[in-house]
Amino acid sequence: MNKMTEGMERKIVIPGELIVAGEEYLPGEGTEKNGSEIVALRYGLAEESNHLVKVIALSGVYQPRIGNVVIGKVENITFYGWVISIDAADDAFLPLQEVPKYVSKEGLSEVLDIGDMVVAKIIGVNTRGIDLTIKSRGLERIDDGLVIKINPNKVPRVIGKEGSMINLIKDNSGCNITVGQNGLIWILGKNIEDELLVKKVINFITEKSFISGLTEEVEEWFKNEKGGNK
Amino acid sequence: MAEGTFKRTDGRGVEEMRPMKAEVGVVPNADGSAMFSFGNTVAIAAVYGPGKMHPQHSQNPEKGTLRCNYNMLSFSVSDRIRPGPSRRSTEISKITEWSLEPALMIKRYPSMVVDVYIHIIQADASTRCAGINAAALALAHAGIPMKGMISSVSIGKLDKQLVVDVDKNEEDWEEGEGATDIPITMTQDGEITHIQLDGKINGEELKQAIELARKATKEIYEVQKKALKGSVDLNKK
Repeated sequence: MNKMTEGMERKIVIPGELIVAGEEYLPGEGTEKNGSEIVALRYGLAEESNHLVKVIALSGVYQPRIGNVVIGKVENITFYGWVISIDAADDAFLPLQEVPKYVSKEGLSEVLDIGDMVVAKIIGVNTRGIDLTIKSRGLERIDDGLVIKINPNKVPRVIGKEGSMINLIKDNSGCNITVGQNGLIWILGKNIEDELLVKKVINFITEKSFISGLTEEVEEWFKNEKGGNK
Repeated sequence: MAEGTFKRTDGRGVEEMRPMKAEVGVVPNADGSAMFSFGNTVAIAAVYGPGKMHPQHSQNPEKGTLRCNYNMLSFSVSDRIRPGPSRRSTEISKITEWSLEPALMIKRYPSMVVDVYIHIIQADASTRCAGINAAALALAHAGIPMKGMISSVSIGKLDKQLVVDVDKNEEDWEEGEGATDIPITMTQDGEITHIQLDGKINGEELKQAIELARKATKEIYEVQKKALKGSVDLNKK
């Protein structure tokens, strides 16, 4: 287990459970302050840093947030844009104006047709729905490669601290990988073997997501895998 | 009510519950799931959502909706029961919704629905209590924000004796005043979210029954807590 600088240890909490008591602590995501006590509001992993206590979700559906890059599938085409399913509670909408080139009203299906997959960024979340854009670098239609689905709560482990894990996978496999925050991952490699190797290592990470020193473990995994293939 | 003189059919003490078992993550395709059992009564609950509410006219833009579905499988009892919804299962579904809702914080999910499917795979009385316990576990496992856990137990009155966690033999008690079944659901702080009663009982005895339930739900809470915490091993290699 990681050594914490100070304060409490990481632990699994259940709803209604007291995490820490003390006036100096502040309630973060998934917690509530009750007098001087910080109480969990959901099941997850409680963590404390700089007196801010939060509960990291271990399960549940994806909660969309502004700025998240997600991978979705075109469900429907309307006059003004595309309805895209991103595996969240609500469907998302990609309006015509958020496409980086001119599209005529008749040409919508040429840009994105029903069933196409797309990498997009969330620019708005409100009661009416989720708004998307593809007007940025790296946001585009998926034409080739492999898309896999993992538990969206494991996405931070796949990316790693400052992208350490994802860069390690990219370096070792030579594949281009786009991780959607909603748990969909797009893998684009030179050949299908490389892509399947990435799929395998990502499944390995999601299974072992709780251990510390996971990056070293994955490095070891790649060594074994390459040794075994020779 | 002299203790020690009363004999329960299976030899348990009057305040003793049947052995309980709980486990989360039993349905891999659900967003959250759990199994809970009291002796031979086994319930499985699966939670899906929050997701879009269908049909659209049922959407509530002010807050999210909890939708429970209690179902007893045809092989759960010795005389096969007709599968599908019945008067009894519709009632228990509604009761389950009401007993869980006070603890849920689904205000944050307007126009959405959280679906809970409860299946009784083996029945030996107290099925609604086992169902509620499983559902509370499954909701927590699905990461739904909650103020606390919910635990449920049935208190019985056999003739003049109060007992905790009634089984099928006791439910059919015929001596003296007969059997009265009182399912009670409580939050972890001991607040009642659900109480049902059909039969005869006086006010004093009802107060005692609630006190017994308060003690029993504490025990159930510990079992639920252990199940949720035990499902993740932080030091797994």
